[in-house]
Amino acid sequence: MKPGTTLAACSALIGRDLTLVWRRRGDALNPILFALIVVALFPFALGPEPDNLRRIAAGVVFVALLLSGLLALDTLFRGDYEDGSLEQLVLSPHPLALLLACKIAVHWLTTALPLLIVAPLLAEMLNLPHAVLPVLLTALALATPLLSLIGAVCVALTVGMRRSGMLLALLVLPLYVPVLIFGAGACNAAQAGLAFMAPLLWLGAGLVLALVLAPLACAAALKISLS
Amino acid sequence: MPEIDIHDRPALLEARRLAYARNDEPIFGPLDFVLHAGEVVLIEGDNGAGKTTLLRVLSGLLEATSGDVLLDGEPLTLAKLSHQVALLGHQPGLKGDLTANENLRFAAGLGGVRAGISPATALAGVGLEGFADVPTRELSAGQKKRVALARVLLAPVGLWLLDEPYANLDLEGIKLVNRLLEMHARRGGAALITSHGAYAFTSGTPRRIPLRGSLREIPPAGAGQPGVPR
Repeated sequence: MKPGTTLAACSALIGRDLTLVWRRRGDALNPILFALIVVALFPFALGPEPDNLRRIAAGVVFVALLLSGLLALDTLFRGDYEDGSLEQLVLSPHPLALLLACKIAVHWLTTALPLLIVAPLLAEMLNLPHAVLPVLLTALALATPLLSLIGAVCVALTVGMRRSGMLLALLVLPLYVPVLIFGAGACNAAQAGLAFMAPLLWLGAGLVLALVLAPLACAAALKISLS
Repeated sequence: MPEIDIHDRPALLEARRLAYARNDEPIFGPLDFVLHAGEVVLIEGDNGAGKTTLLRVLSGLLEATSGDVLLDGEPLTLAKLSHQVALLGHQPGLKGDLTANENLRFAAGLGGVRAGISPATALAGVGLEGFADVPTRELSAGQKKRVALARVLLAPVGLWLLDEPYANLDLEGIKLVNRLLEMHARRGGAALITSHGAYAFTSGTPRRIPLRGSLREIPPAGAGQPGVPR
């Protein structure tokens, strides 16, 4: 009898989740489409004056990405919960927090990273000054994993409930607001020619903290949800 | 306990005054029983008698309200347990988008593999040769059950907790489960299985633990099997 190594378990999990996303790659496009639609609608609503759009560009891109992330969040554990894979995950002889960290990483990779890639396009649609783009991308690169980690804890808490969508949004949004304030704040500061490092550093600090704590909280929350 | 022969070894699993209540409503217990290596024990009970809950408590997914579970003579913790227990629940734990083989390979990566068996031989062992590359979504309920059984077969553990392993299976499948259980018992493993009727277990007479909501104890081995109303 040989129990597998933790490394083998993690790579098996990552491989499986990537395969699953690939088999349903149509669904994986949903967050991108959603963000594109939201951003495309703003000029119609506000009028196409470039100056107007430039002022709100960073904030709109941030909110669009945040909301489309929220849209994809529910799928993080839902499928595994419904078909019983989650129980097998909890019963596996490896640290649950580590396995969940792998799951969250794959989720970020497949839902947030594509958004990060289309972010320059979104920014261009709203006429964001090119000089601010690097700040926006840095802020998003720090903020999206943070959002995924915070969101994962809330999903883990609500996965045992039916129709948890509204509750999830209520739980998640207050926690997302500080991330939004720091992220969009950095971009606005850069646009106004002010110092923008401080909010970025705050985001980085939050990300480091969440990287360590969120998988543990997630594991504890899932055990509660399963009982 | 009037236990003999194989039972001089320490018990693999022992429950003492084990009970579980949800929101102060007793689901089962208090329950005492001992499970030795090489034994297959059937947990009998009507729908809602708490069979599934009992298995979830024993697998460590739920925490017992009172009483103790001892594994190899030591109190049970999830960390220790997971190396020794395979659980077959109501949901087969399979991904519909993955093929049977991919599902088993994932299970093998997650929990390890028993020496001398591979996902392919495990599938053959449950009579699903030729289905390795079929997405499990396209399999019938009975075939899914078989894939889930193959996962249990693959796991390098001594204790099987099988929740309704006979459900959805045809006669051939029921015989198969019995064969697997016998083989597992012969190599020193143990299994707890639930069923709402013992009709399925055709080979030998397994010891039974009747479960009827609140308290029941185990009849001494060999005593007349209590009939369970169906």
